Amino acid sequence: METAFFLLFAGMAVLSALVVVAARNPVHSALSLMVCFVQIAALFILLGSPFLAVIQIFVYVGAVMVLFLFVIMMLDVRKDVHVRFRTGGVPALIVLVLLGTEMLALLLGNGYIPALSAAAEEGVAGSVKELSLTLFTDYLLPFEVASVVLLVALIGAVVLARREAE
Amino acid sequence: MIPLSWYVALGASLFVIGATGVLLRRNVLVVLMSLELMLNSVNINFVAFSRFLDDLGGQIFAIFVITVTACEVAVALAILVTVLRNRATLEVDEIAIMKG
Repeated sequence: METAFFLLFAGMAVLSALVVVAARNPVHSALSLMVCFVQIAALFILLGSPFLAVIQIFVYVGAVMVLFLFVIMMLDVRKDVHVRFRTGGVPALIVLVLLGTEMLALLLGNGYIPALSAAAEEGVAGSVKELSLTLFTDYLLPFEVASVVLLVALIGAVVLARREAE
Repeated sequence: MIPLSWYVALGASLFVIGATGVLLRRNVLVVLMSLELMLNSVNINFVAFSRFLDDLGGQIFAIFVITVTACEVAVALAILVTVLRNRATLEVDEIAIMKG
């Protein structure tokens, strides 16, 4: 049952990722990226971390994709780029194929990752309480720094996007 | 229980698809979306390893990745809006003012 759900979510995620890269219209790319993010949130639930799944939906689907769609809507991007792919992308393609085969070879060739599979049962990783305790004790300084980064990004975005007074 | 290597394989394939979009697409918006895809595939790996090693550090790292991604998207789209207002193009190769 779990395997069937994993295959469903993973297949949908890969398909929608391919649509993101291949779609002609940026709006279609954005919508299928949204589909992909929802699938990944479902995978997080399958991995036993419901908090991250909720965060994924809130931040990515709720905030980031709405931002993308707003920009697409404001800019009327459809008439701009007719040719989807850049010319002279052959070296990049070679690098990508190499990267993919390398990762697959590393995954299939090592003995560490398959050995981990049997050891995992219901553990500490699922509980939101443990997660929040760790976040607010061991990782308190990174948490505060993240809030400063958010503030800086907020101010930066406002300053950058503002129209200059004439 | 699904083996860890399936999650890692999914993360790797999403990463490669995202990298294809970043390197080969011409539209800046689609390049940014592919970047999001790559960051998300890394998050899958973090959460999967956090589950299988029974260590919360991976999930915490994924939370920080999500935070920084949100910042990055906000700033990148602001820059994009400004560039488009001044140069009126969405093509990656045309936006090369900072090229030496």
